[in-house]
Amino acid sequence: MNMPSASGVVGRVYVGLVLFFLYAPILVMALMSFNASEFYQLPFHFTLEWYRRLSGNEQILRAAARSLWIAVATTIFATTIGTMAAIALFRYEFPGKRVLQAMLFPPIAIPWLITGTSMLVFFFWVGIGRGTPAVILGHVALALPYVIVVVAARLETFDIQLEEAARSLGASPWRVTWAVTLPWIASGVVAGALFAFAVSFDQFVVSYFLAQPGDATLPVVIYTSIRKGFTPEINAISTIIIVISMAVMLEASRRFRFGGEQR
Amino acid sequence: MAFATRTDAARAGGMLTPAYVWLAAAIFLPLSAMLFFSMLSAAPFVSSDWRFTTANYAAFFSRSLYPYLLARSLGLSAIVTALCVLIGYPCAYVLARQIRGRSREALFLLIILPFWSNSLVRIFSWAIVLRGNGFLEVAINAVLPFPVSLSLMFSFTAIVIGLVHSYLPYVVLTSYLALQAIDDSLVEAARSLGAPFRTILWRILLPLSLPGLVAGAVLIFVPVAGSFMEARILGGRAGTLYGTVIEDQFVAVFNWPLGAALSFILLAVVFVILGVASPVLRRAR
Repeated sequence: MNMPSASGVVGRVYVGLVLFFLYAPILVMALMSFNASEFYQLPFHFTLEWYRRLSGNEQILRAAARSLWIAVATTIFATTIGTMAAIALFRYEFPGKRVLQAMLFPPIAIPWLITGTSMLVFFFWVGIGRGTPAVILGHVALALPYVIVVVAARLETFDIQLEEAARSLGASPWRVTWAVTLPWIASGVVAGALFAFAVSFDQFVVSYFLAQPGDATLPVVIYTSIRKGFTPEINAISTIIIVISMAVMLEASRRFRFGGEQR
Repeated sequence: MAFATRTDAARAGGMLTPAYVWLAAAIFLPLSAMLFFSMLSAAPFVSSDWRFTTANYAAFFSRSLYPYLLARSLGLSAIVTALCVLIGYPCAYVLARQIRGRSREALFLLIILPFWSNSLVRIFSWAIVLRGNGFLEVAINAVLPFPVSLSLMFSFTAIVIGLVHSYLPYVVLTSYLALQAIDDSLVEAARSLGAPFRTILWRILLPLSLPGLVAGAVLIFVPVAGSFMEARILGGRAGTLYGTVIEDQFVAVFNWPLGAALSFILLAVVFVILGVASPVLRRAR
């Protein structure tokens, strides 16, 4: 191994500074959830008081449970129908395919403020209204493009001749999908599912417009509390959320190595 | 190319329908409904006495407040995008061209990880850091011999800091992918012919990674133009933006047709930006 040059050292220090900028506020926030002062005063006195209070906070616990099961439902729906769509887009050539691929772009590119308020207007109009069904409808639509793109990326490494071989040996199309294609893309499907979970679990804007006020998801409840004035209890729940969502994404990127050299 | 057989067509249709019906029901029909709403005098489920009107769009131009706030939001987008590019591109360069092996992948992952974590919580963390007598102020005063009052919280600067923190990983991600794809031999050839680093940057690295850089910039500019939560938490009274006015129409004032018209004006601006950027973006794979 050769020593990094002078410019290499400068580069490393620079990346270090960027990482400091990205992580320092999160660490400060987490630290303050273990600090005794209600008004975030230093010096630091360690306490678990805020986590203890959190465990008795009915409103936040119910919102957390709701967020979790909405994320699980979103993951199941988005992964199932998204994987099906990705396989069909990969396997078949047909007119209008490019239009279908382009239709995946708006949910990602249009600001969530616009998507969220449009959903609110439409769901009210057709009688779905606000509430958990509306939130799930919205979350799945936002998660679908991610699932399709991630699974499609994995499919690109798949040799379509394997399908043809299986079919020529007499396997039915469903059998081909189940026994040949799915095992190959399994890691992509799992990564897609983790993305879908993260999109839903961390989603604030769309949930904010679609959730019933007394029946909201965790980020919406946190937003409302922050605006009323906050206590370290919010730091405690925020710390838990950030640990969960980082763990989910760490696992997702281990399987879907975007950026890293693709195997 | 058409389908090989009719059953193929049926199968493809069967596999695609659920996903695209869902997208239609939750994205495309709502956007159409919103366009329809923006041209009504009142929401149909509020008042049966509604008619078509252009008054909601006229309202945008009749009050200078709305164009002013749209300009303010777009200005905020421009500042945040520029800062993210200035900070993020060199970072992507170091990762893609200077660091090799396993540490590169680990560092890259560390940088994009926060991006995928909860954005609301990350904005909240800045509220803890920036608040008066907060962590940053105490830390600075512990180092400096004279008292400093930052009063950054509830200012435009605070919104900019929070948004740069939120979106910085985007530009690192897209620039990194583009920079990493550049053939090493191109840079080697230029270097062996005596080109200084500045020439290599301007003539090789920047032009070849431009699609990635522009993709990152667009992916930052567009959502920032529609941001409201960041401004509400970090901006306080300084936090009135185009996005917060739209939010108000839907959750506080309940003038949905006006909100719809304001949203569509923003959407039109977004489409113009995407249209202008699309020739460059098409080259990004």
